[in-house]
Amino acid sequence: MAYSDKSRAIFTETLSGLKDAGLFKQERFIHSAQAADIEVEFPTGSTLKKVINICANNYLGLSSHPEVVKAAHAGLDSHGYGMSSVRFICGTQNIHKKLEQMVTEFLGTEDTILFPSCMDANAGVFEAILTKDDVMISDRLVHASIIDGIRLCSAMHDTFKHSDMEHLESKLQLHNNRRLKVVITDGVFSMDGDTAKLDEMVKLCEKYDALLFVDDSHSSGFIGKTGRGTHEHCGVMGKIDIITTTFGKALGGASGGCVSGRKELVEMCRQKGRPYLFSNTIAPPIVAGVIKVLEILSASTERRDKLEKNTEFWRKGLLDAGFILKEGDTPIVPVMLFNAKLSQDFSKDLYQEGIYAIGFFFPVVPQGQARIRTQISAGHEMHHLEKALEAFKKVGQKYNILGKTKQEIIDMYGM
Amino acid sequence: MENMKEIVREYVIAEYVEDDTEIGFDTPLISGGIVDSFSMVSLKRFLENKYNISLPDEEATPEAFDSVNKICNLVNKFLNK
Repeated sequence: MAYSDKSRAIFTETLSGLKDAGLFKQERFIHSAQAADIEVEFPTGSTLKKVINICANNYLGLSSHPEVVKAAHAGLDSHGYGMSSVRFICGTQNIHKKLEQMVTEFLGTEDTILFPSCMDANAGVFEAILTKDDVMISDRLVHASIIDGIRLCSAMHDTFKHSDMEHLESKLQLHNNRRLKVVITDGVFSMDGDTAKLDEMVKLCEKYDALLFVDDSHSSGFIGKTGRGTHEHCGVMGKIDIITTTFGKALGGASGGCVSGRKELVEMCRQKGRPYLFSNTIAPPIVAGVIKVLEILSASTERRDKLEKNTEFWRKGLLDAGFILKEGDTPIVPVMLFNAKLSQDFSKDLYQEGIYAIGFFFPVVPQGQARIRTQISAGHEMHHLEKALEAFKKVGQKYNILGKTKQEIIDMYGM
Repeated sequence: MENMKEIVREYVIAEYVEDDTEIGFDTPLISGGIVDSFSMVSLKRFLENKYNISLPDEEATPEAFDSVNKICNLVNKFLNK
């Protein structure tokens, strides 16, 4: 037996260490479809509890939308369950090409290539287009999947302070002699909910002849007047060289992602992107579902408009109640608690009140910046938000943090 | 050497520290989570330009860059070559 007692002890000890450090992640089992109202088994083995979900990436409420489900059923019937092949052997169907074309039109780019996930898109894109003669300059708060992609690439890597354009410019000057320079950012940052300054970044990239890469996973479908993403919001449609995004959040929430942008860069991914070359692409029913999502979003902005109104109501309600929020105008609304234990206790109490929201603390967010990250959806009706707000107020009163400053909360609970 | 330490410390604070964290000459920078190993390249470029030296990649390791004192030792090693 290769898995000896010694081997088992190593892993048992490591897992115990995670538990002792409060870093052990536990799943909560949802017995219903993803929606504003869900039925949850937590802790494991307990009776099901009906709660309001305010921590999903289901920004547009499309994860269980009847038309999307129907389209996925139809795709399953017409194009089957799986492809049993990577794209370039015998894994490309007409609907894969149709979806790539629709994404290109939706994002206003030149071309698009699908990946099994946006994690895969980010993991594969840099290695496919860059060499050791190039440099990648990334915002210090980019998503973990981008960091993994950067690690897999032989190009030099440097960073700039979060959203600090002066610092970015100094880095562009420092690395000006590189063959290619790529500036890398999230469109909307997932933990803080703030938006990248793409208009200023485009100007800097034009000044220093650098490519601009944006991961718009927390934006596609709802940021910007017609939901095209951060580039629409910042008035720079057509000026982003590489956009990666996911179909696993607002755009139906199932799975899959893509690289969309300059046609030569997309072609480089088709020729050299390892997650594209060595993994099956998105399964046919999901492709059919995403096509329906894009049809819905191209026909009307009703859902993103509702999301905008819901977000305004939620932010104002929390601020009026006396909570400290991270500034921003996106549906990611972090309620700052600063102390890790307080964030966990707060989350448990919310759950007792019928509200499902998770507390985040170091190392997911910086030390001393623990929070409840709330995420608003077009699937929320006013009664959901009102009930959630009442629960937040009740728990906030219990811990005596309403109307308190950051320092006062830290004085009570510590960092 | 003392002057170099101050110069390096000032650069580290300006480049990497965004709160009121205090940086001493022996403060662990990379293992302490203050400097992301990804961001070391600009520190390396700064040292090379400032002291007119060339630091080979195999010497510019996270361990060698883990404190102001260690960084200065590395720079001195190449200054004296």
